[in-house]
Amino acid sequence: MWRFIGRRLLVSALLVFVVSFLTFLLQAVTPGDTARMILGYNYTPEAYHELRARLGLDQPVLVQYVHWLGNALHGDLGTSPISGVSVASEILKRLPVTLSLVVLATAVTALVGVGLGVLGAVRGRGTARLVDVLSLGGYALPNFWLALVLVTVFAVTIPLLPATGYVPLSSGPGRWLAYLILPVTTLVLQGVAVFARHTRDSMRDVLSRDFVTMLRANGIPERSIVFRHALRNAAIPTVTVAGLTFIGLFSGTVFIESVFAMPGLGGLAVQATTSHDLPTIQGVVVVFTVIVVLVNLAVDLAYGWLNPKVRVS
Amino acid sequence: MTALEESAAGAARTARPGRAAHPHGAWRTALARPLGRVAVAYLALLVVCSALAPVLAPYRPTATDLDHILSLPSGAHPLGTDALGRDVLSRLLYGGRTSLVDAALAVGVGMAVALAAGLLAGYFGGWLDRGFTWLVDVMLAIPVIVTLLAVLAVIGNSMSAAMIALGVLVAPGIARVVRGATLAVRNELYISAARVSGLPHRHIVVRHVLPRVAGPVLVQASLLAGGALLMDAGLSYLGLGARPPAPTWGNMISEAAGVIDRQPWLLVPPGVVLGLAILAFGLLGDVLRDTSAERTTRRLAPARPVPVTGRKVVEPTTALLSARNVTISVPGPDAPVRVVEGLDLDIGPGECVGLVGETGCGKTITARSVLGLLPPGAAVTAGSIRFDGVDLATASRATLTGLRGTRIAMVFQDPGTSLDPVVTAGRHVAELVRRHHGGSRARVRARTMELLRSVGFPEPEQVAGRYPHQLSGGMAQRVAIAMALAGEPRLLIADEPTTALDVTVQAGILGLLRDLQRDNDMAILLISHDLRIIATMCDRAYVMYAGHVVESGDVAGMFRNPAHPYTDGLLRSAPRRATPGEHLTAIPGTVPPPGSWPVGCHFAARCLLATDECRAAPVPVARLRPPRRTRCLHFDELSGGRA
Ligand code: SF4
Repeated sequence: MWRFIGRRLLVSALLVFVVSFLTFLLQAVTPGDTARMILGYNYTPEAYHELRARLGLDQPVLVQYVHWLGNALHGDLGTSPISGVSVASEILKRLPVTLSLVVLATAVTALVGVGLGVLGAVRGRGTARLVDVLSLGGYALPNFWLALVLVTVFAVTIPLLPATGYVPLSSGPGRWLAYLILPVTTLVLQGVAVFARHTRDSMRDVLSRDFVTMLRANGIPERSIVFRHALRNAAIPTVTVAGLTFIGLFSGTVFIESVFAMPGLGGLAVQATTSHDLPTIQGVVVVFTVIVVLVNLAVDLAYGWLNPKVRVS
Repeated sequence: MTALEESAAGAARTARPGRAAHPHGAWRTALARPLGRVAVAYLALLVVCSALAPVLAPYRPTATDLDHILSLPSGAHPLGTDALGRDVLSRLLYGGRTSLVDAALAVGVGMAVALAAGLLAGYFGGWLDRGFTWLVDVMLAIPVIVTLLAVLAVIGNSMSAAMIALGVLVAPGIARVVRGATLAVRNELYISAARVSGLPHRHIVVRHVLPRVAGPVLVQASLLAGGALLMDAGLSYLGLGARPPAPTWGNMISEAAGVIDRQPWLLVPPGVVLGLAILAFGLLGDVLRDTSAERTTRRLAPARPVPVTGRKVVEPTTALLSARNVTISVPGPDAPVRVVEGLDLDIGPGECVGLVGETGCGKTITARSVLGLLPPGAAVTAGSIRFDGVDLATASRATLTGLRGTRIAMVFQDPGTSLDPVVTAGRHVAELVRRHHGGSRARVRARTMELLRSVGFPEPEQVAGRYPHQLSGGMAQRVAIAMALAGEPRLLIADEPTTALDVTVQAGILGLLRDLQRDNDMAILLISHDLRIIATMCDRAYVMYAGHVVESGDVAGMFRNPAHPYTDGLLRSAPRRATPGEHLTAIPGTVPPPGSWPVGCHFAARCLLATDECRAAPVPVARLRPPRRTRCLHFDELSGGRA
C-alpha cells in the first residue's frame, strides 16, 4: 500500500515537471512571439526588446525553465506582465472561490448521486429512467449553456437569485450560499448522472453477489442488506468516481466562472489566455495539475481505507 | 466539461476489448437499432446542411438588418434574428461548418496517435508496452482544459492548434483501449500461427488485428467527436475561437448571453443543435459499444399459483417441510423453461435428508425455492411447499422474510464468497443475533461468542475480529454455520457445504453439522453430488436427474439395492468420482439440458433397460415398500425393485 502510494507520488511529481516544462517548450517551438502578441499591432522595436528582456524571452528555453522552476519551488510563480501582480498571490486569492464552488458541488453531486443510484438499483424503473434522462442531459448539454438557461429562468425571469458575482463566506453564509446556488446547481446537473449510474451499477453488482443471498437466506432484512452491506461494498469503487467527478467539475469551473463572473481560478485562466499572460497561465496549469494529483492520491488512500483487504495487509 | 474527460478517463477504466468482429458488422448492427439510425441520420443531416450552407442559407451570416433585431422566428427568419438583426438559421449553418471541421481535426489527430501507440504497444509488448503504460498513467492526470488554454495563450487564438492539442491530450486514454483490444487479439491462436509462419508484422496488423479492434475504436472515435464539439463550442464561447463576426455555435451562445434579459430565445437554437449533435455522437458510441457486447435478458411473468389438479389426495403428514408436485421454471430464450418438474419431498423434524444429483439436475434451485430466493425471473409455477402450515410457494415476501433464519436457514457452497468482504466475522454473527434475539450489546456479544465456540472455535474472540479474506475456507464455512444457527432454525439447508473445501477440512464440517443436528434437534436438507457424504450423513435421500426426483427412500436400503437405473449407475461410478460436473464414467451419454427433455423418461437415452414404452409417455412414480419410491417402469429388473 505505502509502496504503491510512494510510486504514485513520484510519478505525480514528475507529471508536474513535465506539464510545466511543456508550456515553456511550446513557446520555443511556436513561430509566434508572446511579446508581439501582448504588444498588439503598433509598437516600437525598443518597446519590443524591452518587453522580451523583461519577460526573459531573450534567453534559451531551458534557462528560462530552470529559472522559473527554481523560483516555483520557493513558492514564487513569477509576476504577471499584464497586471504586474505576483502570480502566486493572485492564485491564492482566487483559490477559495473555486474550491467553495467545487467542494460544494462535489458534495451535493455525491449525495444526490448515491441516493439516485441506490434507488435505481433497488427500485428500478422510474428512478432508472430519471437517471438516464439526467445523464443524457448532463452529457450532451454544455455546462455554460445550462448555466445561462438557469440564469435566464431563476435570475432574469423570476428574480430569485443573483445572476452573477460572488461574495466571500465572511460576508455572511446566507449571502455566500445565494451566490453559489446557481453555479453549484449547474455543476451538479452536469455530474450527478454519471455518479448515479456508477453507484447503480456497483450496487447491482454487489447485490448479485453470493454473500447477499447468504444474508437474505438467514433473515437479514432488505433494508440492512442495502444500506449496511451493499452500500459499504459499493462505496469502494464509487470513491474513484467521486475523485473523477471532483476533477471534472474542477475543470468545468473554467466555463462556469466565466458565465457567473466569479473571481476564481477558472476565470483567471481564461483572462490570462486572452491576454497572453504566460506566467499566470503557467501558474494556473501547475496548480490544476497539483490538485488533480492530490485528489487522485486522496482517492487511493480512501480506497485503501474502505477496503479491508488493502488496509489490513 | 466533464463529458470529455469522463469519456477519456472512463474509456481507460472500462476498457473492454470489443467482440465486434468487423467494423462493417458493427455499423450494420448499430444501424439496425432505431436509436443508432436516428443518431446517424441527424449527424448526416448536420454534415450535409453545413456543407451546403452557401446554398441553403437564406442570408449571408454577417448580413445585419438593424430594423429587425432580436425577432422571434418568423416566415422571413425561420429561427429569428440576433442583436444585430442577423439571421440565426444562416449563422447556425455556417457555424456548423467551423465546428464540424474542428471536431474532425481533433478526432483525426486523436485516433491516429491512439491507434499507432495502442497497436504498437499491444502488438509488440515488452519494454515498448511498459513504457507506454507508464506514459499513459502520467498523461491521464494532465488537466485537459487548462492545458488547452495554455496552448492558446502561447500560440494565439487558433482553434486548429487547440483541436490538435485536444487530440493529443485525449489520445492516451483511447490508446489504452486500443492496446487492450490488440492484446486480446494478439494472444489468439491464429495470430500466433500467422506469426510463426513468417508473415510480415505490417501484414498481420493490417489484415488481422486492425479489423478486430475496429469495434472499440469506432466507439472511442464517436465519443471523442462529441467531446471535441463540446470543447470547440466552449472555447469559442470564451472568445478563444474564430473572431466575430464570423459565426460559430460557441460565440452565438455568448452573444445570446449578452441579451438574455431581452431575448432569451436566442439561447435555444445553438444550444439545441449543439446538444443534439453531442448526444447523437454519444448515443452512436453507446450503440456501437452495445453491439460489441451483446447481452439479452428476459423476464418471466411473476409466479402465479396454479391449482394442482389430477393428483391423489395428499397423505396426512407430520413432516416439517412437505413439497408436493413442485414445478419451477426459469426464463429461456423464447419461452420459460422448466428446470424442476413434479417434485415431491418431505423432511421430518430433526431428520437429515439428502438431495443427490449431478450439477444442473435442479437440486440447488429446489433448495432456493424453499426460501423464496429464486433468481430473477424464475418462479414456482405449480405445486405447493408447506412448512408449518404455510405454503412457501405462494407466501408473501414478508412471510418468507420472517421465516428466514428463525425457522429455515441456509449455508452455501463457497464460503469464500458467502461473507461480506468488508465486515468482520464477529459482526456477521452479531448482526444475526441482534436481528433474531435483540438484547443489549453485551448480551449480543456473549451470544455471538457462544455461537462461534459452538461451531468449533475454542477462542472465538480471535476469530471475531478477522475479515473474511483472513479466514481459511473451513473457518469461513464455520462462521457461515454460526450465522445460520443464530436464529435457532428448525431446518438448515446446506447446499454442497464442503465441496469447495479441502478433503481434510470436509470431515470436520460434516461432523459439526451432524453434532448440531443431534444437539439442537434441527432438521438438515443436505444437498450434494457426493454419494459418500449423503450415505454417511443422511437418514433418507432423494436422487434427482434432469429435473425429476427419480428415486427416494432410506439411504441404507436405497444405496444397497437401488430401484432406478440412474441410482444404480451413480453407485457404480461413485468411488472414482469426487468433483461436481464430471460425467458419469459408468453411464455413457450426457444429461439432457432443461428445455430439451424428452416426453417420456428423462433418463431413457442413457438407460440400458429402456424400452419403447419408457419413451412413449411420462413415467409415473411407483411406490415400493415405504418409504421407497422410484420413477421407473422396469424397476423390477433391479435389485431394489425385487427386494
Ligand atoms: S423408465 Fe425405462 S428408461 Fe426410464 S429408467 Fe426406467 S427402464 Fe430406464
